Amino acid sequence: MYLKLIPDDTKIEFTKMRFTAMVLSALLIVGSLVALFTHGLNFGIDFRGGVTIEVAGSEPIDTGAVQNAIADLQLGDVKVQEIQDFAGTDKAVIVFIEQQEAPTPDGTEAQEVVADANEDAQQQAAAKVQEALRTLLGDDIEFRKIEVVGPTVSGELVQKGAVAVVLAIGMMLFYIWFRFEWQFSVGAIAALVHDVIITLGLFAVTSLEFNLAIIAALLTIVGYSMNDTVVVYDRVRENLRKYKKKPLAELLDISINETLSRTIMTSVTTLLALVALAIFGGAVLRGFTMAMIWGVVIGTYSSVFVASPFLLATGVKRDWSKQSVAATP
Amino acid sequence: MLQFSKFQTAAILGLILLGALFGAPNFLSENARNNLPGFLPKGTINLGLDLQGGSYLLLGVDTDKVIDDRMKGLMLDLRREMRPVRATGRERIRFDNLVYNDQSGVVSLRVANEEDINAAADRARDLTRGGALGLGQRNYVVSVNGPAINVAITPEARRFFSNEAVRDSIEVIRRRIDPAGNKEVAIQPQGDDRIVVQVPGDDDPEALKDLINRTGQLTFHAHDPSVSVQDAAAGLIPPGRILVPFTESEGAGQPPLVLEEDPIITGAMVQTASAAPNPDGAGFQINFSFDSSGARRFADYTRNNIGSIFAIVLDGEIISAPTIQSAITQGSGRITGNFSAIEAADTSLLIRSGALPAALQTLEQRSVGPELGADSVEAGAKALIIGFIGVIIYMVVSYGRFGVYADIALIANIVLIAGALSLFGSTLTLPGIAGIVLTIGMAVDANVLIFERIREELRNGKSPINAAEVGYDKARSAIIDANITTFLAAIIMFQLGAGPVRGFAITLAVGVVTSVFTAYVLTRLFAGGFLLAKRPNELKL
Repeated sequence: MYLKLIPDDTKIEFTKMRFTAMVLSALLIVGSLVALFTHGLNFGIDFRGGVTIEVAGSEPIDTGAVQNAIADLQLGDVKVQEIQDFAGTDKAVIVFIEQQEAPTPDGTEAQEVVADANEDAQQQAAAKVQEALRTLLGDDIEFRKIEVVGPTVSGELVQKGAVAVVLAIGMMLFYIWFRFEWQFSVGAIAALVHDVIITLGLFAVTSLEFNLAIIAALLTIVGYSMNDTVVVYDRVRENLRKYKKKPLAELLDISINETLSRTIMTSVTTLLALVALAIFGGAVLRGFTMAMIWGVVIGTYSSVFVASPFLLATGVKRDWSKQSVAATP
Repeated sequence: MLQFSKFQTAAILGLILLGALFGAPNFLSENARNNLPGFLPKGTINLGLDLQGGSYLLLGVDTDKVIDDRMKGLMLDLRREMRPVRATGRERIRFDNLVYNDQSGVVSLRVANEEDINAAADRARDLTRGGALGLGQRNYVVSVNGPAINVAITPEARRFFSNEAVRDSIEVIRRRIDPAGNKEVAIQPQGDDRIVVQVPGDDDPEALKDLINRTGQLTFHAHDPSVSVQDAAAGLIPPGRILVPFTESEGAGQPPLVLEEDPIITGAMVQTASAAPNPDGAGFQINFSFDSSGARRFADYTRNNIGSIFAIVLDGEIISAPTIQSAITQGSGRITGNFSAIEAADTSLLIRSGALPAALQTLEQRSVGPELGADSVEAGAKALIIGFIGVIIYMVVSYGRFGVYADIALIANIVLIAGALSLFGSTLTLPGIAGIVLTIGMAVDANVLIFERIREELRNGKSPINAAEVGYDKARSAIIDANITTFLAAIIMFQLGAGPVRGFAITLAVGVVTSVFTAYVLTRLFAGGFLLAKRPNELKL
């Protein structure tokens, strides 16, 4: 017989566990919010602006010396990190400089002049850091990556990122509403918001860099979690037609159990691909992959324990034979 | 449900072959691609800058300054219009105030005698008649307010001139970074006042920025020895005179010069410029030649000013200030500064390419070295292959024969993604590779849904054929709903903009479409073929 992670005909009473799940989810959400407000996110260059320079040399690079040399430039907050290279042969460090502000001696300059000077300040800082690194490490180095993001662009990216996540959730709301009933879309959105907050919480707690790629990951998580939820809902709808008199809790349990094997199976294949990415995909993608792995786990959990129990709270239309009948409690 | 007509089967397989055909060039060497017969597609997936190395620059064009310059020019024209012209009998109109307000964008002129107001307004209207926008459209609106005339630029004209500045800037940038036109640089406008420059390869990003960010405004000015530099530095400078410093490389210790503000000749009159070794000494020089009107002016000026100094000014700094030895009538000359070979080459390129309409501001820069790019390709490919193998094995272990069908669908899926990306000429980024890896994991979802459903129906006592029929039928709505949600997320991501994320959104969206097709249609073809041919009494799944 073939491999089956989930035995046939499971009869787990998921709806009975909903209070436990609720407490767990509430704890995770509150914890995430506390972490977000106290610790905050470690915004990357995309959202905070500034300079990132990755430099590789043929010799091992002394991070302390780099730190001191850059600190001498007086460019504000400096972070120097060692990079684990793919091959592990050449030595690389990455230097982060916070967003620069041009000095405003008398504050009488017009706003545009100050804005231009601030953009210029990033470029000058980047040039200074490269020069300092050349002086310290010699000319036999390679700048593997140089990123300079000015205040205008970083501000826009913050806005765009936030709008994109909200827009994605909003579109899902309408899509589910359109395909199912409003009760379903409330449950689905609750699950999505749950997933997004807890993923943000992970980034606040771990201080992993939060950049544009993480926004992409959040959107993918939204899509994935929705995907999972929709499959369960689709079965709920089918069973609502099939069992007209069954109590809703029992009907939800049947639906979740019937789709459980698929839910787990798809999570496993997706995780297989993601783990391959996390191990072999290199440092650039690591944050993204971590977010996705976490999101797939949370998304799977939420479609079983958050989205479906929400239907119990809101109630659903029971008679699906007539499309025009409004929802009944 | 399980039955396909010959035509349908041919269409399905044909589509996959088409995908293979479009995807195939990616796996051939460049040489082999060039030797393909003409009717075969040769397009490949473009590697993003993060994979092949290169620089991405987002530049802001100061369109406000372009409009300001234009309005200041208009102010000078307006001043001229109020002067008398003997030939036509036009009289002088006296005015006591002519200003440009850069906040409101309005030039206003106040006439001294109010009875002149209508005549003045007519002259202003004549001056601003017609325009770049086309027939019946005015660039400027002239209004009379008491003794004052206000000339305002229309919003349409403002937009037109802003767009024009962006277009002109793009042309100048192209001439500077790709003078021979043989590089794969992409220079595109973004929004109203931005330009995206993407240069693949290992060019030094700092040199690139230097080349782009300089305005390249070249002018020739007469020297005015009557004003002392000390006075000028102290602010005692007569109108129409400017104090200009030497460039750093040129004049360590050289004091600035007082020059006439109106140039003798502008860079627009320079036709060619090239770098050459200085035959009379060390270093390099820049040879240049004027167009006919420039040549005439330069000849006139040098003939009348032998023995005096003139200055060649580039972007507000003197690069050379020679003494005129004799009349230069052949329409060409040389700039002998203290140039290195690279400086001479860059400066001559700058002169040749013309001036930017306004200075460019670098808003964002992302440069990746080619080595990091190659590492990323390697890492991405490794993750792709290992993830792929993992999923393939797992599907066979879980579903046996049907797992093999799903795996064939998965391979077809990759082929189709490669074909679609090549066909659209999309750019593959590192996040894009991640998108494909993720698609592999999620693509089997449709098959999982179907197979699990068939298992269920088998358990309910249905015959294999019947169970498969019902399985494909019942799983359809869930497959469609589930994939549309992912597709929606990908569209929003695409709107989010920035390059790498876009690459991810594209592969994700393409992957969703191809995976639904391969998983729902292609596996059904195989499963149906097997079931209908063998008609097994029992199905192991």
